[in-house]
Amino acid sequence: MTGNPATALPRLESAGLDGWMVRLFEEIDEANLPWITALARQCEAAFADALVDLVPSYTTLLVVFDPVRLSPSEARQKLAGLLVALEPDEHMGTGQIHELPTFYDPSVGPDLDRVAEHTGMTVAEVIDCHSRKTYRVFALGFAPGFAFMGLTDPRLECPRLDTPRKKVPVGSVAIAARQTAAYPTATPGGWNLLGRTSARLFDREREGFSLLRVGDEVRFVSVSREEFERQGGDTTPMEATG
Amino acid sequence: MTAQRKMESAIRVHRSGPLALLQDRGRFGVRHLGVTQGGPADLYSWAWANYLAGNPWGTASLEITFGGLQLVAERDLDIALAGADLGATLDGQPVPLWQRITWKEGQKLAFASPVSGLRAYLSVRGGFAAEPVMGSVATVGREQLGGFDGWGSKLADGDRLAIYTPEGKAVAGMTKAPDHARKDFRESPVLELLPGAQIGEFTGRSLYDAFNTWWRVDDRADRMGVRLLGPKLQCRIRSLISEGINLGGVQVPPDGQPIALLNDRQTIGGYPRLGALSPLSASRLAQCLPGQEVRLRARGSGPVLDEYRDFLGNFRP
Repeated sequence: MTGNPATALPRLESAGLDGWMVRLFEEIDEANLPWITALARQCEAAFADALVDLVPSYTTLLVVFDPVRLSPSEARQKLAGLLVALEPDEHMGTGQIHELPTFYDPSVGPDLDRVAEHTGMTVAEVIDCHSRKTYRVFALGFAPGFAFMGLTDPRLECPRLDTPRKKVPVGSVAIAARQTAAYPTATPGGWNLLGRTSARLFDREREGFSLLRVGDEVRFVSVSREEFERQGGDTTPMEATG
Repeated sequence: MTAQRKMESAIRVHRSGPLALLQDRGRFGVRHLGVTQGGPADLYSWAWANYLAGNPWGTASLEITFGGLQLVAERDLDIALAGADLGATLDGQPVPLWQRITWKEGQKLAFASPVSGLRAYLSVRGGFAAEPVMGSVATVGREQLGGFDGWGSKLADGDRLAIYTPEGKAVAGMTKAPDHARKDFRESPVLELLPGAQIGEFTGRSLYDAFNTWWRVDDRADRMGVRLLGPKLQCRIRSLISEGINLGGVQVPPDGQPIALLNDRQTIGGYPRLGALSPLSASRLAQCLPGQEVRLRARGSGPVLDEYRDFLGNFRP
């Protein structure tokens, strides 16, 4: 990359006494992820015991280290060394591919009708449009195991609710702007709810805890009410979940 | 392994008060899963309380916010209280802070309300006993993680709290913190801020204001973050693509009022930041009551690193 060194990417930005923000890209793009996941793995090896946390997100990787073992300038040097030789993970990354069984129905997806109206599609077309595409996990945040995925078909683009719901039921599958997500726990939320998945997205007893990781690929597979229930899904209608 | 250590019920909760949370150093290595770090909002006082109680670094203590908590010992205990002065008494007698004391069986330890600071740390020799969740007992109610029951629940009246039976000699010979280490949190602090990447995007006037204003701590202040009230800061960037946020990050939403992010912050966010408070300044801010005034001072990492290493060097192996 060429240009002004102060604005050229990748760039290392101070994130406090024990952190560096590695800014790799300016724009959200699925092609960013193999670079970000590759750098995260290399940081694990290079920082070893001095590594505290890594937070990958759409265009960045936050690297948090132990400032007793490494000074900020030593950490910066390490990162600069990794960036010089960075190669993206092959085949768009080493992420897993997940299929999330999803029951799309107004009883558990109370915004289906409104999204259909907003996008000028029928409910069936909305469901088809959402379940047809394979998404990438861009980031985890907001709540444990909450994965921001995209990008959705431009026709599905939809603003968030003006007033977030106080409680969105576990497993709710939702869209906002050009992203999609599934709620791992019951939390407040302002996204448009299309249905519910029976997949267990966050499990403190499971190795790795979160089903989805940054860089993973995800498909929502439309299933019948019977299949959803058979897989342990909860069909309690939205209005009855409090 | 902690799971095999001998534990015993040692304390009964007489009144649970507004907020008392079990906190070890925090939950690390899982932030990429959207799990926040938790841990003591005031690392400084937490470290002293543990040290004076004779515990190794990382031992779980109770973080008592505001006061109101009343506890009864079910056996004789060596304890230390550090951090805020919440008017604590033992059977009605004032408790000395920042030193090891004996809490005798049957005595009631009662916290009143803030005299200086906001959060007190109660360390019991041996440490509070709880099963770690994702590597930590740090309590985060929002995420239903940690605490005595593992699900981030608040203490309830009548709860009985277990401790690990102390083994061997106390880690620290010191039983009383030196005068210079005891903090008076009534003073208006100057908080050290390491400038971040977006600092150049704030207008000149806003940068002047940021570092030359006595900011007032808003009542919208909790373990996620502390909002500061003052002149409206203007940034040429209104929002960023969401990215990781470190402890002490000072973000400025479009309303121009900065928010310093503490231990229970969300792991990613998209507001431009002035920078990040030093770890010890984040601790200091966590002791500020609403209405208290603070100033921000820009610092380079060199002196801040020296101070932080000196601090940790007292406690960490």
